[in-house]
Amino acid sequence: MSSSASARAVTAAEPPMPGLPIKLRTENVGMAFLRDDKTLPVLENINLEVGNGEFVCLLGPSGCGKSTLLSAMAGFLRPTSGAILIDGEIVRGADPRRIFVFQERGVFPWLTVEGNIGFGLRKLPAKERAERVGHYIQMVGLEGFEKSYPHELSGGMKQRVEVARALAVNPDVMFLDEPFGALDSITRMVMRIELLRIWQAERKTILFVTHDIDEAVQLADRVVVMSARPGRIQQIVSIDIPHPRDISSPRYLELRDGILSQIGLAHRL
Amino acid sequence: MKSHTWLKPAIFILVLLGVWQLVVFLHPQQLLPGPWKTALGIVDLFPRGLIVKYIVASVFRVTWGFSLAVLVAVPLGLVVGWYRRAEMALNPILQILRPISPLAWIPIAILWFGVGDLAAIFLIFVGCFLPMLLTVINAVQSVPAVYINAGRNFGLGPVPLMRKILFPAIIPRLMTGLRITLGIAWLVVVAAEMIAVNSGLGFLIVDARNAGNRYDLVVAGMVIIGVVGLLLDNWVRSLERSHALCWGFEEKQ
Ligand SMILES: Nc1ncnc2c1ncn2[C@@H]1O[C@H](COP(=O)(O)OP(=O)(O)OP(=O)(O)O)[C@@H](O)[C@H]1O
Ligand SMILES: [Mg+2]
Repeated sequence: MSSSASARAVTAAEPPMPGLPIKLRTENVGMAFLRDDKTLPVLENINLEVGNGEFVCLLGPSGCGKSTLLSAMAGFLRPTSGAILIDGEIVRGADPRRIFVFQERGVFPWLTVEGNIGFGLRKLPAKERAERVGHYIQMVGLEGFEKSYPHELSGGMKQRVEVARALAVNPDVMFLDEPFGALDSITRMVMRIELLRIWQAERKTILFVTHDIDEAVQLADRVVVMSARPGRIQQIVSIDIPHPRDISSPRYLELRDGILSQIGLAHRL
Repeated sequence: MKSHTWLKPAIFILVLLGVWQLVVFLHPQQLLPGPWKTALGIVDLFPRGLIVKYIVASVFRVTWGFSLAVLVAVPLGLVVGWYRRAEMALNPILQILRPISPLAWIPIAILWFGVGDLAAIFLIFVGCFLPMLLTVINAVQSVPAVYINAGRNFGLGPVPLMRKILFPAIIPRLMTGLRITLGIAWLVVVAAEMIAVNSGLGFLIVDARNAGNRYDLVVAGMVIIGVVGLLLDNWVRSLERSHALCWGFEEKQ
């Protein structure tokens, strides 16, 4: 974080996948927190464009500001400088059209699975609401657990409840902050496959934070590699492998190793 | 197997009663009635029907004072806990009022409400309100930010946020607070009844002493106060265990 001059900060906005209309853009976003009477710069010069329906992974070392950036995009935090625009409008607060998925911690422990998934559907008539809830319970494979409380579920099941709760309100954008970080490796693989299946069916715009390189390369259309604090965009890698991805193909390994060396470089800075 | 859970306490209580009886036996001039005389005192209270009337009177006052305090303190605590500015404005007053014993309000209670139920209910209200309010404020302020952010994300404004997120989120701590506060209410009612009314278990105790130094009835009254208090506490505990309210107690946090 000392010799930031040598970081290859990208200042021009990175364009999304060719052919996609722009859903979200950040313009010179900077973020600083006040700590012990000192300002701690966390994000600097974040310029990014995300296409409609695109799957973008934010990847970077711990503490580089990934969660902060995602919270700002979701409207929970105001950037200290610059602007975040969704559909051309500046983001001024949280909005049900853009749902943030916290690890499984965001599931409300006082509601059943049904209650959680239907939480964002308060305004629908009961019948329609029940149909929607049923549909998403089925989509995430939680049939039979409708009346269960979160403490009766495993970590992976709670995570699925949260994803279903987000999907149920039919948002255009989903922000996922290390959603599978707390899961065991097998459940994590299953969840990735399910997320891809849902994404391909519903074509949401997804911003997905991870510090797992494999996860990023398996999921994303583009991987945004960030440098250590203050976080900047160090490189954006397009993953040009069609789904389902063969994770032992030479191209996959090449892309993964490329990012790996970028991260290694980031650590040496 | 099950018998063991009550066997040990039962034996312990019997031993204590024995020691009590022994001490009274060795110092008969000390004016403390022994367990045997106390038991006779309790028996003595029943035929007159007075005891049931007094228990009902005390429980009635506690119910009103406690319920009113909870009904006011919970919504107010939600609002004050949520709006930092309201908390900062209110905090100095709360901190000054807090160390004042509810019993210090007795003269004012009698001045405002005269001798009667209202004065006692007011005193219980005063004793319960602040602990309850502080519990709720504290609980609201420690609700994890994820729940609040999630609620806002689904489009909740301030009032729905309080009803659908903050309130359910604090229920586990609220239940603990209710239990402690009900205990306070039971302490206060006895003291209030000694001065501000002419019925109830507190009145029974002063009356037994004033009308002929019936210390067997004094101790009998104390035992009944203890037993009713224990029953009230068990009742709230059973609420804590009911499923809709207990989510926090089953969570492995
Ligand atoms: N509310 C806050 N107040 C002060 N500092 C904060 C706040 N939130 C985050 N920070 C600081 O900002 C930096 C970036 O935090 P952030 O959580 O965004 O990192 P991250 O990239 O998500 O890390 P991780 O991979 O470990 O989750 C950290 O140094 C953190 O201490
Ligand atoms: Mg993070």
